[in-house]
Order: sequence, then structure tokens, then C-alpha cells
Amino acid sequence: MIVSIKNVSKSYGKHKVLENINLEIESGEIFGLLGPSGAGKTTLVRQLVGLESPSEGENYLFGEKMPSLRLIERIGYMAQSDALYTELSAKENLEFFASLFGLKGTHRKKRILEVLQLVDLSDHLNKLVTNYSGGMKRRLSLASALLHEPELLILDEPTVGIDPVLRQSIWSGFYDLKAEGKTLIVTTHVMDEAEKCDRLGLIRDGRLIAVGTPAELKEKTGSASVEEAFLAYGGVQHEN
Amino acid sequence: MRIRALVIRIIRQFLRDKRTLAMMLVAPLLILTMLHLVFNGENYVPKVGFVDAPAVVMEKLDLEDATVKEYDSAKIAKEDALVREIDGYITFNGPIIDKIVLEGSDPTVNGSVMKWIQQATKPLTPSQGNLAVDYLHGSDDMGQFDYFGPVLLGFFAFFFVFIISGISFLRERTSGTLEKLLASPLRKWEIVIGYVLGFGIFTMLQATLIAWYAIYVLGMLMEGSFIYVLLITLMLSMTALTLGTLLSAFANNEFQMIQFIPIIIVPQFFFSGLINLDTISDWLSWLGPITPLYYAAEALRDIMVRGYGWDAIYGNMLMLAGFSALFIFLNILALRKHRAV
Repeated sequence: MIVSIKNVSKSYGKHKVLENINLEIESGEIFGLLGPSGAGKTTLVRQLVGLESPSEGENYLFGEKMPSLRLIERIGYMAQSDALYTELSAKENLEFFASLFGLKGTHRKKRILEVLQLVDLSDHLNKLVTNYSGGMKRRLSLASALLHEPELLILDEPTVGIDPVLRQSIWSGFYDLKAEGKTLIVTTHVMDEAEKCDRLGLIRDGRLIAVGTPAELKEKTGSASVEEAFLAYGGVQHEN
Repeated sequence: MRIRALVIRIIRQFLRDKRTLAMMLVAPLLILTMLHLVFNGENYVPKVGFVDAPAVVMEKLDLEDATVKEYDSAKIAKEDALVREIDGYITFNGPIIDKIVLEGSDPTVNGSVMKWIQQATKPLTPSQGNLAVDYLHGSDDMGQFDYFGPVLLGFFAFFFVFIISGISFLRERTSGTLEKLLASPLRKWEIVIGYVLGFGIFTMLQATLIAWYAIYVLGMLMEGSFIYVLLITLMLSMTALTLGTLLSAFANNEFQMIQFIPIIIVPQFFFSGLINLDTISDWLSWLGPITPLYYAAEALRDIMVRGYGWDAIYGNMLMLAGFSALFIFLNILALRKHRAV
């Protein structure tokens, strides 16, 4: 058990964002958090990284309660915003983030080339990030989260704005990471991406409405796709 | 190690952003030059009318440094004064001055006219002899710029560092990179210290350049040691740097950061000694001692105008160091908003 979320609720003033979430994520799986925008996915993963604290309940990572500075090094986090220094080149950005995790010398150089290879940006190493396209920035942001070879990767909408071909190759990268024994938590609101996850948590209006493998979720609701399953669990409400 | 990475990154960003670099280094010089020219411009030459002045009197007067116009009647002189042809006129009752009439709308002109008249009519009044004046500090050819200079020097160093460091840190917040830093093993104090050091390098460069330029190029009065001026300017810039990054926590965008200028920066200017603090209403004058610029201006004047050394300035320097330390501490607290540990 690498992540366990226990009775977590979060509210901002009167507005409830998360309501009594209970979830356990196994080591070595790709876990997808699926739900419409505003459902609370980002709030939940930010709590796992330690950027927010729950109003009620606790989050445990590697058996230790978050937020904890000691755990941060074992997590790779990619936020929804690209969070890059646009005045700097891709290499300079990665050098900076790598140094924050204590990588240096030839090891740092090697890791930078490896992650750039993974996200297919090796040819744009010395280009300033200002001149990058939206998809390239997204990939560089992903690369920066992988630098320190974290055991747990928390990726908030990692493939937004990335074309289907590249999305395919990034997912094959995810499977490679999984094969190395890493755990991935991926938020998404794209249904076909959800199919690629080992297990899914469906989130709606701050509530975790169902958890299971895509096959299980479809079977239980008698649906042909994750999308139908989601709607079946979500009840009659319509998304505006 | 992590701090070093942060410092290197800030330097790299700075060197890429030529325009901001220029703003920090060149803009203060430009403004100081303009102020120098404004304050140390030529003296105003008053235009004075004499109504019915007897020729014997006119001969005795010292009529240099003014444009003198003679009138036959007070009525015409008044008309000329009303259309500002002349700044004022003197009417005579025989050989004695009857009255002085001024156009009166510009206090600076009034002052220089009165000063000139006093000088010019000295021969008419019983002589007091020439009064010898000794100056404890300064001299009779000390200009306004020499007195205001130290304050202006401090103010512009403060202003530009505040804006640039504040907006840089704000950008770090709004672009999401600050969160990324906080999702790394970087400690909160390391972020703040990294910023202080990274920006500190450019701040030091700026402080040296401004002080050197004001003193050696513009020829601002300088009685004390250049090293002390540098030290105070640098300490002041540090408070600007730490205050700028701190206040960026309370701004949601660049525009809101700019809104701090009238609230935080401009009032400091008033209490920095540009205006004599004794003349400021008691309702307000207590604000002076809580602004960093107050201490810096005092110290800079002590060094540059009065030629004092370490003994006179170390108290003010401690205050500036105290402000910086306080702001650094509050900065670290403000980061708790983003990460609890």
C-alpha cells in the first residue's frame, strides 16, 4: 500500500470540495482519477504532494502522514500549469530542477538526456522555453517531474494539449515506468485515457463514486465504455 | 547546494531579460541626472519695476542680477505685474521706499524677488557691516541637490529594487513555479535566502553604480567615505528586496503589485527627510520611524553632507538590518500558505 487516503474532507469556507474520501492505491499500479473539471481531482492530488492539507481526515504516503518533507524526494509531481521558466532553455530548466533534488555532475547530465528522450524533446535541448509550443511545454514539465527517479509519480492532467500520436508515446513511457516498479497517479477527464489505467477512481462533486478496474466498472454497470459507466454511477445529474 | 542552484537560476533569468536589467541599472541614473539638472538649474532672474525712483537713489542701488524697469506711475506698473510682465514693483516716497507689491502667485518667484530687493536696497539702510558666516557643515555654495541628493539616491535604489524583486517573486507564484519549488525538497527559508542572494548580486551592482554616478559624475556633495555610502545603500536595497517579495504574497497579479507604490513607496518618500520632519503634522510624523527609508536617508546625509563615519551611522544601519531580518522572517511565514511544512 503506497497511498492511503482516510476520511479526507476539504472545504474552503462553506464550499465543500472533497467529501469523506477513502482510497488506497497499490504499489506498482497506474491509478487514474477520472472526473469532470471542478470535481476535486486537483485538490486531492495536491494534498498527496503536501501542497494542501485536508480539513478532516489524513493522507498517508509510504505509511507516513503527509505533509512531510522527508517524503517529498520520493514523489514526482507534475502540476496542471506547466511551471517552467520561460526565459531559460529546456536544459537550464532541467538543470535547475535536478539540482533541487540534489542531482549533480555526470549523473545529472545523464538523467536530463534520458528524460528528454522519453518525452521526445532531445532535439530542442537548448531552445528557450518561450519558443516552445503548448504541447512541448507540457512534455518538458513532465520530464522535470521524472528527473529524480521518484517511486511515486503524481501527474495532474499530464496529456492536456498533446496530440494523439505523442499521447500514445507518453503512455508507453508510463508503462515503462510501471515496469520499473513505479507507481503512477494520473488525473484526467478524457475517457479513452481512463481505459489505459490499471484502476480508476471516479470523482464527482468532491465524492469518490466508484473505484475499480475499467473492466470491473463496465461490467458492474453493464456498460460498453468507461464513459457510460461513469454516467451510470453519476446518476441522473447532468454536467453543465 | 540547493540555494546555489536557485541563485544561478535567478542570475541566468536576469541576464536573459535585458530590459529589466537596464531598468534596474540605467533608469535610476537617468532620473538622478534629471533631478540634478532640475535642482541645480540657473538662478531665477527677477523682473522688478521701480516707480518714481529718484535718480540719486537709483545710482546707489546694486541693480545686478535682475531685469529692472522704471515706471512713472504705479498704475502702469500694476498693469504690467498683472500680466506678469514684471514680478513686482517698488514705489517710492521721496528717497524712501513706500511699499513693495508682488505679483505673488509663485512662492519661488516671490522669494527670489524679496531676496534680491533686500540685497539691492542694502545701501539705503544703515550698514551693519558684512556679517561673517561660518558653516559647521556644508558651505554657502551648497545647492539644493546636495541636500536632497542623499535622500533621492536612497529612494531610487529602494524603488527599483522593490518593484523588480516584488514582480519577479509574484511571477513565481502566479506561474506555478513556486508550487513546484515547494513540491521539491527545497526548504522555505532556502527559497527566501536564495532570492536574497540572487537578487542581492544585482542589487549590489545597482547600489554601487548609483552611488558612484551621483557622487563622481553628478558631483553630489560628498564629505564622508564612499564605502559607508555603499554599505547603507546596499542595506536599504536589501530591505526593498525583502519587502517586495513579502508584499508579492498579497498581490494576485502584476497590476496589484503596482498598487503598492502609492501605498508603500510614496509615503516613505515624504518621511525620508525630503521635507523637514519637524514641520509635518504630529498626526502623521510618527510614521517616519517605521519606514526603512527614514533611517537610510538620515545615515546617507550624515555621511555625505556631514562627513560623519561609523559611529554616527551604525545605529541606522542596525535598524535597516533589523527591517531586512523581519521581512525575511515574515516571508518564510507567508510561504506557509503554500506548504505547511
